[in-house]
Amino acid sequence: MAENLALPGVRRREWPKWLKLPVLIGFGIIGFWVLVCLSVDFWPIDNPIDMVARRLQPPSFDHWFGTDALGRDVLSRTLHGARFSLMMSCAVIIFAVLIGSTIGAIAGYVGGFVDGALMRLVDVTLSFPPILLAMAVTAALGPGLENAAVAMIIVWWPIYARLMRGQVLSVKSREHVEAAVAAGASHSRTLLKHILPLSWSPILINATMDFGQVVLLTASLSFIGLGASPPTPEWGSMISEGAIHFYQWWICAGPGIAILSVVLGFNFLGDGLRDLLDPRSK
Amino acid sequence: MTRYIVRRLLSLPLLLLGIVSLAFLISHATQGDPLASIVSERQMDNPEVVAAAKARWGLDKSLPEQYFIYIRNLLSGDLGTSFRTKQPVAQDLLERLPATLELVIAAMLLGSTTGIVLGVLAARFRDRVIDHAARLWALIGSSTPVFWSGLIFLYIFSVVLGWLPGPGRLDARATPPEGLTGFLTIDALLIGDMGLFWDALHHLMLPALVLGWTVMGIVSRLVRASMLDVLSQDYITAARARGAGEVRVLLNHALRNALVPTLTIIGFTFAYLITGAVLTEAIFSWTGIGSYAVDAARSLDYPAIMGVTIVGGAAFLLTNLATDIAYAFADPRIRLS
Repeated sequence: MAENLALPGVRRREWPKWLKLPVLIGFGIIGFWVLVCLSVDFWPIDNPIDMVARRLQPPSFDHWFGTDALGRDVLSRTLHGARFSLMMSCAVIIFAVLIGSTIGAIAGYVGGFVDGALMRLVDVTLSFPPILLAMAVTAALGPGLENAAVAMIIVWWPIYARLMRGQVLSVKSREHVEAAVAAGASHSRTLLKHILPLSWSPILINATMDFGQVVLLTASLSFIGLGASPPTPEWGSMISEGAIHFYQWWICAGPGIAILSVVLGFNFLGDGLRDLLDPRSK
Repeated sequence: MTRYIVRRLLSLPLLLLGIVSLAFLISHATQGDPLASIVSERQMDNPEVVAAAKARWGLDKSLPEQYFIYIRNLLSGDLGTSFRTKQPVAQDLLERLPATLELVIAAMLLGSTTGIVLGVLAARFRDRVIDHAARLWALIGSSTPVFWSGLIFLYIFSVVLGWLPGPGRLDARATPPEGLTGFLTIDALLIGDMGLFWDALHHLMLPALVLGWTVMGIVSRLVRASMLDVLSQDYITAARARGAGEVRVLLNHALRNALVPTLTIIGFTFAYLITGAVLTEAIFSWTGIGSYAVDAARSLDYPAIMGVTIVGGAAFLLTNLATDIAYAFADPRIRLS
């Protein structure tokens, strides 16, 4: 009882509702990988490209995750792989969000023929199963990480365009926007100052959730042989190399767990972010 | 309702044309020279060979011309000829369709039954250990890359335990029956060969398990949310007050209504299934459309890639349409505009 009778002005510190255990775990995992990305050069681990030991050695004290078919340290390659996966996904998400929300905002704000044409393009692009579209684009542009990134931007921008258009449409008819227009605000000012600030939160939630999916698709494309090429320590291509040496399970274990942890981490984070930003969800 | 369906159906041909055009644009906006995958490197210096190859594959015509030829051929069911197999792409795809369907249907059955059970349990024991465990298991299922879980499952069940066979659809020594449905399990039953049936079934188990795991993740999440929604309603309290047993309340009263929105799981999971099928087939040497797509992409076989992309897009479009319509019929509260 006494706890409820807090003195005026003395607010009890409350644990934020959205900050639950999964969100903390998500923060932990993603924080770890970001740290690895930034500092992996200074870690006391072997060079990821050099042959450092005998090939196909099982995990040992010297090589915690074992060595692969070329005698390279799997732990070192896994940690260096974070750079490719995370930076690539970051770039893909940023470009997809920028392109998608610009197009979506224009479509929603202008309306009419422009809206119709842009949204049909969105519909058509979204009609392809993501992996097939990504495979077709990467194969057409030529295999490689950069082209795989372009392919994934093409896969993801329409999702943000559709989201942004919906947001802009719903905010556009609110009174404060009408007031701004009546007060003589220009189109760009209305859109940038009065509509967009109220439209970004679902985009942010979606982008966090999609981050994991982009990591997965990057790895999948590399696994198929359309993404990173050897000797790049990219997780998908490491698993693809490991698949040949099937009985040496440890070659695949490191990169596989890495992908799983990143995807899980972003899912946890996305859930927490939704609780924080979306008042409708319980 | 009728107006909605008619409008959706009317937009279908336009979207299909959009799919074909975009696929054409992508595969012809190449920096890589498609000739490189037809003509061997040594022959590239020989102008006669190059010209002959260009004429053979229609690459000597202008882009708009190629586009109209492609559309015209498409209307008569011709998807072009694969550079790699030298067979019509449509024929390749038809030959490989049953294998993919067999895998996908098995995975759907496995994934949705386990997903429904997990979802019901999680909702019934909300915020208890069972709930958290079920949700974590489902989340791991949909976060694990299938090309990795496939390898791990193969290693555990095939190499370490020896319970299940390795990749492939049948034992290397077995001969698949020809001229039947192409579903090996069904074909084996049709010719009454039980040994063959078990062999096919055993080979199907692991890939279906791997692919089904991702489906399970999505289904259990949907069922849990929908069950929680239903369980909080008055008629459930009323049923409990009348003394209905817990199992009866859960299965007869709640699950029936909770399943209505999840009837559309087929639509929701279709994209995941295609992604999963492509990678699972690559891992398990499953001779379906997925591994065909991977082989085509690896060898830059543009007609084949285009064919798979167009067929996949059309299938995706139709499933989405069917899902939306089924959803509208199943739940009259949904208003379509």
